[in-house]
Amino acid sequence: MKYDERLQNVTVLGAAGKMGSGILLLTAVEMADLSLKPENKSKTFVLNAMDVSPEGLAGLMSYLKAQVQKLAEKKTVLLRKVYADRKDLIENREIIDQYIFDVLNIVRPVTKLEAAYDSNLIFEAVSENKDLKVKLLSQIDKNNKNKPWYFTNTSSVPINIIDNETGLEGRILGFHFYNPPAIQKLVELITTDNTDKEMTEFALEFAKKLRKIIVPSNDYAGFIGNGHFMRDALHGISEVENLAKEMSFAEALYSVNKVTQDFLVRPMGIFQLVDYVGIDVVQFIMNVMNPFQDNEDLHSLLLDKMIEVGVKGGQNSNGSQKDGFLKYEKGKPVAIFDPEKKEYVEINSFKEKCDAVIGDIPDAKISWKSIIRNRKKDEVLKDFFNTLKTMDTKGAKLAVKYGNRSKEIGKKLVVDNVAHNENDVNTVMLTGFFHAYGPVNEYFA
Amino acid sequence: MKKLRRKVYMAAGYNTISLGTGRSEFNPKKPRPGIEHYIKEAGQGTLKQIGGAKNVDEGAMGNFMAPRFNKQGNLPGLIPMIDDGLQWKPCTRTEGACASGALALMSGMKSVLAETADVVLTVGFEVQNTMKAIYVADVLAGAGWFQKRKDGHAYFFPGQFSNRAGAYYEKYGMEYTRKGFKKWFKNAIENARLCPTAQEYENKVEDLDALYDKIKLNGKAFVDNLSVLDCSKVSDAASAIAICSEEGLKKIGIAKEDAVEIIGYGQVERNVTLDPPDLTEVTTIKKAAKEALESAGITINDLATIETHDCFSIAGILATEALGFAERGKGAQFVADGNTSRDGKIPMNTTGGLIGWGHPTGGTGVHQAVTIWEQLTGKAGKAQIEIPKDRPYGMTINMGGDDVTVVAIVYKRG
Repeated sequence: MKYDERLQNVTVLGAAGKMGSGILLLTAVEMADLSLKPENKSKTFVLNAMDVSPEGLAGLMSYLKAQVQKLAEKKTVLLRKVYADRKDLIENREIIDQYIFDVLNIVRPVTKLEAAYDSNLIFEAVSENKDLKVKLLSQIDKNNKNKPWYFTNTSSVPINIIDNETGLEGRILGFHFYNPPAIQKLVELITTDNTDKEMTEFALEFAKKLRKIIVPSNDYAGFIGNGHFMRDALHGISEVENLAKEMSFAEALYSVNKVTQDFLVRPMGIFQLVDYVGIDVVQFIMNVMNPFQDNEDLHSLLLDKMIEVGVKGGQNSNGSQKDGFLKYEKGKPVAIFDPEKKEYVEINSFKEKCDAVIGDIPDAKISWKSIIRNRKKDEVLKDFFNTLKTMDTKGAKLAVKYGNRSKEIGKKLVVDNVAHNENDVNTVMLTGFFHAYGPVNEYFA
Repeated sequence: MKKLRRKVYMAAGYNTISLGTGRSEFNPKKPRPGIEHYIKEAGQGTLKQIGGAKNVDEGAMGNFMAPRFNKQGNLPGLIPMIDDGLQWKPCTRTEGACASGALALMSGMKSVLAETADVVLTVGFEVQNTMKAIYVADVLAGAGWFQKRKDGHAYFFPGQFSNRAGAYYEKYGMEYTRKGFKKWFKNAIENARLCPTAQEYENKVEDLDALYDKIKLNGKAFVDNLSVLDCSKVSDAASAIAICSEEGLKKIGIAKEDAVEIIGYGQVERNVTLDPPDLTEVTTIKKAAKEALESAGITINDLATIETHDCFSIAGILATEALGFAERGKGAQFVADGNTSRDGKIPMNTTGGLIGWGHPTGGTGVHQAVTIWEQLTGKAGKAQIEIPKDRPYGMTINMGGDDVTVVAIVYKRG
């Protein structure tokens, strides 16, 4: 089956979710572009957007329309050529509207799994629950005569386990997008010894058409991205617990979050990132990964406590941030949750005192935002971190220790054979987490 | 052309700011003032200087595409909105694409010449930021022949002038030509920085040459032969000016030295359904400028400054040749050598022109007249250039479409 043919009937499971909607958008656009090729004009392309939530699917269609419109407005020069033979489409607006229609016309919002029984390719983006994934994929495969290929977006469950439990015999691989899929460039590609080679080649071509950067990861729970992120977060949690011996919990968490953002020049602090992903999701990923670790306990009582009291973070359907470790107003942290008192403590009530304890960063002009597009960022960061290492403040010491630990985690992912090399680890953190520098670097020991 | 049968003056000009990308007030996500705001501000700005609406006999309005940009037609009806005193007076709207403003000036001048009015309040405006640039391109494409729209570029007019630039590159060399474009762009920004109403007034880029070199031509995302820096702006703005007879000038209490006299004009039309006869020449501009200068009885060597229609840098270069300052193919050199800079042989577009000040399409012709009035009467503020005593003349060239509707006007210090 050729590339175009494979993409004639596709299903995305969990299409209304955070990841599913992005995967659906990218796939719908790719399929529409194929359908508009002269040689494909007589063929029908179908993309089932499967989700259990009818409300979610209604929201999905609005999201798709808005996103496809933006995309079409950016590529109108090309679209005028694509629709050159349509004499009725003259103005840009007419061409853009037609393209939106052609993309949306491929998508079939459905709530029943049966829609996937005719597909050749199935993207799985349901919640991070192995048993659910196995159940859905098994049911489809039992009823689908096409021997379809399955691309799972799991960020933690080993592919060989899903493969074995579903009996897919190598017709599954990990195709792990980063959030939001339409923006983040990274896709982690996870194959096993059993993976169908033709399917891997297709995956590479598909990723290239989507202009994604592929980083191969070996089939270890958590892969590269979460392999680093989970350990990085646990280090942050342990630092909070240490600091909480000499200051309040809220002050300690504020300090570590600030150090990981400002002193380590990252896009957001570690606890803001945990909130962004969802405290429940982080807890779940650790639970999936933990049984596979020999000398390490990937588990946090603090996360358990947060879930117990019902503070989970994550995002609202409109993309805004839900409260988690931090409370947000217009996207900015304004308070820190104290799990003992079960209430948020205003950051302003202790900020000044805490900032004085942490100390200043080496150069107030340097931030993630200010250097991310700076061509000379390597030099700038070198100076910044060299100064940081000479400073005797609490913030500097925490940051250096954190940077060292992050590097250690990165190197261990290679030693443990999760990543093929250090460069892959760095690429994942640069393109999936939008860091300004990779964890395996010359700045830290 | 026949000599003007009566003296015609312009005075009391007013420009709103040119709002769009570049201005700190501009935020595409927030609501912005509508057409009524601009028309009112500009109209009242002129009325204040001429003793109020009671002195106005007639209104003229230039606008290109308000029916599409703003879903508004019947535009003469917006003139009495400026001031109750304009209610029940005769008003006219003119349209000739980006030369709509100059057509409004012509309408006012002809009323004065016909002795049916002594004072005509003339307003030109366009409010374009009601839609994204890709849709603005659709609307502006109306300045071309619609039957050619299908085969045209997504950015239709940049596409037309990109073809002109491409033809010029082919004939005279690309690197050579782009040196002229770069200088044209640099002049535009530097002049705009001196004019508080200009869209590029707040431009703080230190090395404009480096910026120009950095933006590479990219036919996949835009047009083949021009970058965005070669293009005029998408602008919201209005300008107004009073057109008066000698009696009118007395009536509004403005001294001749605070006014400019219109001593000649050329108004020329090319068949819009046909392609330009020569892509490396703006033939209609050439004819209009020649008529204007002949009717004024002066030559280009008498001019102290010119406002020319640089919707694209290539249009600026071609205008220097059409006017006769440079031979064919030498316009790029003429500009690159600094001859059109504010301290050059013939300063052009001294407040930034369409690339630096902005291009509110239907308002541009009136804005050009206001700028020349400011310069010749010493009211240009920081943008003021020296007007030599023996050369008290200025000129405007306003072009609609791809060298289709052109009006050239010659002004003399009053």
